[in-house]
Amino acid sequence: MTDFLLELRSEEIPARMQARAREDLQKLFAGELGKAGIAAGRITTYATPRRLVLIAHDLPERTEPVREEVKGPRASAPPQALEGFLRKTGLTREALTERDGVLFAVTEVPGRETAAVLAAAIPAIVRAFPWPKSMRWGAASLSPESPRWVRPLQGIVALFGSDVVPCDVAGVTSGAVTLGHRFHHPGAITIGSAADYVEKLRACHVIVDQDERAAIIAVGAKMAAQGAGLTLVEDEGLLAENAGLTEWPVPLIGRFDEAFLAVPPEVIQLTARVNQKYFVCRDGDGKLANAFVCTANIDAADGGERIVAGNAKVLAARLSDAKFFYETDLKTRLEDQLPKLEKIVFHEKLGTVADKVERVAKLARWLVESGIILPGTGRGTAGAAGGGGGLPSPETAANADTPLHHPADGPPPRAGEDMALADMAERAARLAKADLVTGMVGEFPELQGLMGGYYAAAQGERAEVAEAVRDHYKPVGQGDDVPTAPVTVAVALADKLDSIVQFFAVGLKPSGSKDPFALRRSALGVLALLLDNGIRVSLSKATAAAGATAHEDVLDFFADRLKVQQREAGVRHDLIDAVFALGGEDDLVRLLSRVHALQAFVTTEDGANLLAGYKRAANILKKEAPGTSKHIPETGEEDPLAEVEDPDFAPIVAEYARTEREKRDYDREPAEAALITALDAAEPQAAAAIAAEDFAGAMAALASLRAPIDAFFTDVTVNDADPHKRTARLSLLARVRDAVHRVADFSKIEG
Amino acid sequence: MSAPLSFQKMILTLHDYWSDRGCVILQPYDMRMGAGTFHPATTLRALGPEPWNAAFVQPSRRPTDGRYGENPNRLQHYYQYQVILKPSPPDLQELYLGSLAAIGIDFTQHDIRFVEDDWESPTLGAWGLGWEVWCDGMEVTQFTYFQQMGGYDCKPVAGELTYGLERLAMYIQDKDSVYDLAFNDAGVTYGDVFLENERQMSKWNFEVADTDALFDLFKKAAAECENALANDVPIAAYEQAIEASHVFNLLNARGVISVAERQAYIGRVRDLAKASCAKFIETQTPQWQAKYPGWVA
Repeated sequence: MTDFLLELRSEEIPARMQARAREDLQKLFAGELGKAGIAAGRITTYATPRRLVLIAHDLPERTEPVREEVKGPRASAPPQALEGFLRKTGLTREALTERDGVLFAVTEVPGRETAAVLAAAIPAIVRAFPWPKSMRWGAASLSPESPRWVRPLQGIVALFGSDVVPCDVAGVTSGAVTLGHRFHHPGAITIGSAADYVEKLRACHVIVDQDERAAIIAVGAKMAAQGAGLTLVEDEGLLAENAGLTEWPVPLIGRFDEAFLAVPPEVIQLTARVNQKYFVCRDGDGKLANAFVCTANIDAADGGERIVAGNAKVLAARLSDAKFFYETDLKTRLEDQLPKLEKIVFHEKLGTVADKVERVAKLARWLVESGIILPGTGRGTAGAAGGGGGLPSPETAANADTPLHHPADGPPPRAGEDMALADMAERAARLAKADLVTGMVGEFPELQGLMGGYYAAAQGERAEVAEAVRDHYKPVGQGDDVPTAPVTVAVALADKLDSIVQFFAVGLKPSGSKDPFALRRSALGVLALLLDNGIRVSLSKATAAAGATAHEDVLDFFADRLKVQQREAGVRHDLIDAVFALGGEDDLVRLLSRVHALQAFVTTEDGANLLAGYKRAANILKKEAPGTSKHIPETGEEDPLAEVEDPDFAPIVAEYARTEREKRDYDREPAEAALITALDAAEPQAAAAIAAEDFAGAMAALASLRAPIDAFFTDVTVNDADPHKRTARLSLLARVRDAVHRVADFSKIEG
Repeated sequence: MSAPLSFQKMILTLHDYWSDRGCVILQPYDMRMGAGTFHPATTLRALGPEPWNAAFVQPSRRPTDGRYGENPNRLQHYYQYQVILKPSPPDLQELYLGSLAAIGIDFTQHDIRFVEDDWESPTLGAWGLGWEVWCDGMEVTQFTYFQQMGGYDCKPVAGELTYGLERLAMYIQDKDSVYDLAFNDAGVTYGDVFLENERQMSKWNFEVADTDALFDLFKKAAAECENALANDVPIAAYEQAIEASHVFNLLNARGVISVAERQAYIGRVRDLAKASCAKFIETQTPQWQAKYPGWVA
């Protein structure tokens, strides 16, 4: 068994492409081996800015010979059959083998030298390599068919054991020679085999392993910060990027003028990170310090003093630009920027950004004025939700004397408070997009919102308004903070609802992998805002207020997003379906608390047994009384249970059931009587709990049915010879089903 | 280390360096343009199969970058040093690093990096792959392998180096303001040469230039470009495309072109430049094919 080393050395490979390139190299190599019948053993890959490396361990010296037999016609078959077979196999009659009167075409593929397989594989890999962008170069590019690589390919080391695998790719001939670090060791290095490659390069100031380089930067940067009495702001993305820009990384700490700290810290961090790929540091108080950590690619003769000075100068130039933008922006009030929004097209079918602002401002005000978002919205929910990630638990909501959330149709809060909130929401919405035309956001688009927040605060807006301007884009993805302040929630919701509803209205909804306006993300944002804050709203009412014309589509879209979001949160899909199946529920908070309670319940022993009992009852009903709906409680509806959910029908149904019971009275068996008693007790309890949105309470009430149902099935024969008894018992089972359906359609639950 | 090079010594050193490596040393093109890449020695010579190695300084005008001489790093008129090598030689990176060493950059003390930066010029219908070269975190050169020019594949590919001369000089001379650069070794600074120019030209670019006349100039340049194309003189046509491009930049600096119109103007300039390239290829192809049988654009 022998190891194989492949180094494809090129001019600098973009840092962002290196990780993917390693994967692709491994995949293509394994594919080439596979085609030759060699099982790929352990494969290691490395990437530096200048090389892409693969080491395959324990390859055989030769491939296994392959014998292939194709069955043909009988020797006695007519000549046409033989001719057809010869044409298919490309053989002559003499080359066929006859066995038991049947002709066979036998091809023997002898084992090949692995080295030969590799020599053919290398050019194939280079040709097939899926670089996101590749180029032609040099004299060969006179022909349009000249080879392509991410940047000019400079050298190939291909060693099988200690032997060079000879090949020629893109005018480059393979060998055993590579180069070390561009500046520390520019001369040639001869590699002996895969075994000494990594260490030989290390001796020539090249750390081949990208993870090792990242670790060196991580530790070095942290220590450099500590040495200056500061804490490094860690950043995985920057680590990987700097590891992809260096072969011999040397983190160095530098300082910038404290005067720049007047610029918002996010701006400094972004300038340092995006433009210069520097880490930043915090001081003892957690505030951004006037320090940066850059990663050099050399061990400088002077210890890095000049490198740090040079980098500090560049950063200073960038920060003075930023400071200039910031100070210039501060001279113009946000409302004075608004006319410029009339010139920015939001979407050709949806007008300008100014038009959007107008819609969002109205919608934000409506959300407050219609009592959906209240002064208390969001406050205190973090505790109830156990850290902000989940839902307010139904127990808390139901048991609290002062409800956390006003029901949508509840009493409006005091007018003064309400007016102020509505005014603030509208004001914030009107200012929210103004920063798009400021110098700073022009320079750093990713600072949208944030800069608006700074500028709003600086021009004396109320803190709530400034915060809403800052955070109204949130949450921008899974794991992002979800706003809780009422004004922010109003603007954030209005902005997202508007985008979704408006794009749907002009037929631009996401499809497949295409979601150019990030509407799925907006929908997830809406869900997070509603659920995390326990906002009670009928979604269809809200989308109507946003001007929805394609109601069904929009609601289905939200339902799909909810399932996706909840699946990620570990909520069972079938349970969501079970609650959705009840229909008519578009208050997502209520819907989900029901689902959560259900999920908690079905995983208990009581829940599992009740589910089993329910299914048994439902099966019997289906089998024994397919016409249950026709002659058990005869309500005239297609589904007798349909009316059960309707509160107006409740007393009628109850009365009807009581008279039915009396009419059909007979000597009940004890288990039967016990079940009736249990239902009599559980039904009103469950109903009351549901009315109070105490779904866990409703489940508890249902749980009390479990033992009586089990006993009923053990002791009572449903299919009694006496039709009177049979009907009564089937009717009892239907009652059980009814009771359970008050909470969810258990038939949708798996297991 | 010896005294750092003055601004003009640095240019002379680069001239010597590239001259020694077989380049034609050209003088700046006598037209206003936004970047050295517009120079016909780059744009038009990147087309076609013939080898071409040239180096030159090109004054570059970016009206919107004017700061009335008040920003130490931004200028509406500055110099680019351009090197174009076609086909790109296999040791282009080493040649380039040699030029940095020649102007006094010590690689044991300074951190040189090739950081991904793909280049695209919508107005020239051109793109290439390459890097911005960093010296201690500062971009000092744009290094590009042209892949397309005027919408045509480069066959062969040319390597283009664009040095930001003022930045490099500020770096080598360790100056915080461009105006403090030593222009020569006799006490003349960059500010002595260009500060007043920056003040007046910024004012003209932003406040004074007659926009009606500029709109008129744009139209006339475009029309003259068409005229030249119709008469098979693509080099003259291309000059008018350069003119139109710069006039557009001036109009842009005057703030009289709306966002919507902007795209239309850029598209117009691109059409002129591409048509000039196409005509250049058309008129030159017979003689190119005479030397490179089978070559097609």
